[in-house]
Amino acid sequence: MTITVPDPSQKHQRREHGLMLALVSPALLVILALIVLPVGWLAWQSIYHDGFTLENYRRVFTEDIYWRSFALTFEISLAVTGIALLLGYPVAYLANSVPKGWSILILSLVVLPFWTSVLVRAYAWLALLQRTGVINQLLRYLDVISEPLALVHNTFGTVVATVHILLPFMVLPLYATMQKIPGDLMQAGASLGASPSLTFVRVFLPLSLPGVLAGCTMVFVLCLGFYITPELLGGGRTVMVSMLVSRNVELYNQFGAASAVAVVLLVSVLLIFLVVSRFISLDRILGQK
Amino acid sequence: MTTKQNSALGYALLGAIAFGGTAASAAEQITFVSQGGAYQQAQTVAILDPSAKKLGITINQDSIPDAWPAIKTQVGSGKPIWDVVDTPTGYCLRGGEQGLIEKLDFSKIPNAAAMPEAYRSPYSVSYEFYSSVLAYSQKTFPKDAPNSWIDFWDVKKFPGRRALRNHPIATLEAALMADGVAPDKLYPLDVDRAFKKLEEIKPHITVWWTSGAQSAQLLNDGEVDMEMAWNGRVSAVAKEGAKVSFTYNQGILQSTSLCILKGAPNLETAVKFLNEAVDPVHQANLPLHIDYGPGNPKAFETNVIKAERAAQLPSEPANAAKQALMSYAWWSSPAGEAAEKRWASFMQK
Repeated sequence: MTITVPDPSQKHQRREHGLMLALVSPALLVILALIVLPVGWLAWQSIYHDGFTLENYRRVFTEDIYWRSFALTFEISLAVTGIALLLGYPVAYLANSVPKGWSILILSLVVLPFWTSVLVRAYAWLALLQRTGVINQLLRYLDVISEPLALVHNTFGTVVATVHILLPFMVLPLYATMQKIPGDLMQAGASLGASPSLTFVRVFLPLSLPGVLAGCTMVFVLCLGFYITPELLGGGRTVMVSMLVSRNVELYNQFGAASAVAVVLLVSVLLIFLVVSRFISLDRILGQK
Repeated sequence: MTTKQNSALGYALLGAIAFGGTAASAAEQITFVSQGGAYQQAQTVAILDPSAKKLGITINQDSIPDAWPAIKTQVGSGKPIWDVVDTPTGYCLRGGEQGLIEKLDFSKIPNAAAMPEAYRSPYSVSYEFYSSVLAYSQKTFPKDAPNSWIDFWDVKKFPGRRALRNHPIATLEAALMADGVAPDKLYPLDVDRAFKKLEEIKPHITVWWTSGAQSAQLLNDGEVDMEMAWNGRVSAVAKEGAKVSFTYNQGILQSTSLCILKGAPNLETAVKFLNEAVDPVHQANLPLHIDYGPGNPKAFETNVIKAERAAQLPSEPANAAKQALMSYAWWSSPAGEAAEKRWASFMQK
């Protein structure tokens, strides 16, 4: 006896979905053409050169320069992530706790460096850190040091500049998460007699952890593929994976050798995302929610 | 069915031939590729424009910092669009061995045939010279400056910060000269000995530079007191007023060469151009516009280059005599390629 009446809202919804699909399809096509196809092509080249071959991967997994480079890259990325968290958390906290006008100012200052090219910022660090740079000159003028410190052309300089460039990727997800922590909870903690530091440790910090994880993942993953700062500030000794990629093109005269390195890095990044996504939804890292 | 397809293909081929024929008879042209920047501009004035005028051809220019990957992909695709490339000599040789570069018939290139044999290969002709020299800060060394790679390696007698290029080419040569090998007895390189000598200086190297601009900046900013650098970079910094200088003594004389892509679209015109480009007078004009030496040593006999200018150039005979002439044949041999691969593990140890 029941007559199925088409639900008008459902129909409407379906039409809306179709429209959405039509609207995003140009973007999807661009992604397909510019990202999926080339990456797939590179991956194919890494295993196919006049026939199927795993030679490129054998090299990556057996020659110790690759191991060293991957180890160094992960070390630097960990250091950068740790420092960025230590520096970024207080900034995000401050931006979250001051009145709106101030927080806008703080956040604009955080985002401001985005307006300058990464290359320019790397050179600016060179001007600050090198032997005749501002910092060494100042310290010598103040008689703190007699010999200039080696602040750049090494891993230290690379880490400093990379932290500077990646800091906004830490602060913004942290701030977004903190914004959603209800202020009432701190007051509740205080009313139950907890000191401000105790409420912070027991209430605020645990609630901000998703932001910490999101920021750390962003910074860590971006840092894994960094090229300009180690190239310009590493003094030739700081060979990160991205530099191996470019060097392999020169050395082996074929893209396969380089794409094998890139594929290994890509797979490690995907694994990291996979592990992290067990703890936190990916939407959050990518800043959707 | 098949006949139809075949005839269609035949017409297409005919059309292509007819089209190619008319294009060639209308005006001969070639596509020439160099590395861009001030260097390519200097060539345009000194060599390319005069050659085009004299031969009555059109020279289309393209530029790319590193032509090698493009040569590989263009020839690999079976339809190269470039004809003549100006690229480090090693690539011409490697390309020749891999079938990417045309073998030259020197009977059609008399200007090149007249050059000493060390200045050409079956696949290429020297086009211009530069040198990897020992450069230093005159502030740190107002007198008694380091004058050889032995001095560069002597950290007691010449204290100061040092930089070398992050690349084995020319650096291994310098290491061997520092170990007492004579500039004309370098090849085949004793690679083990060179790396051993490099281990010795490694702790004293502040920067391993990767680009010419970086080497210039290091010297200009006083970041290092001495380094290996390309002569044109050092003289450019000196021209801007920095107190820096260099010596040609034990420099490593390097060249870029002209070569023709395998299956180049305008092969015949390309060969004609190649001959014209290394003409002694055109070649002599090049150093009037940039700090590089002519690839053809006969340029120094043309009276176009004044004696005082000649004395500044890397390939001037007296300067060349103080230097080691790089053997690109060795670097493109299996031993050379192995040395190039070994560099990475040396750097990361």
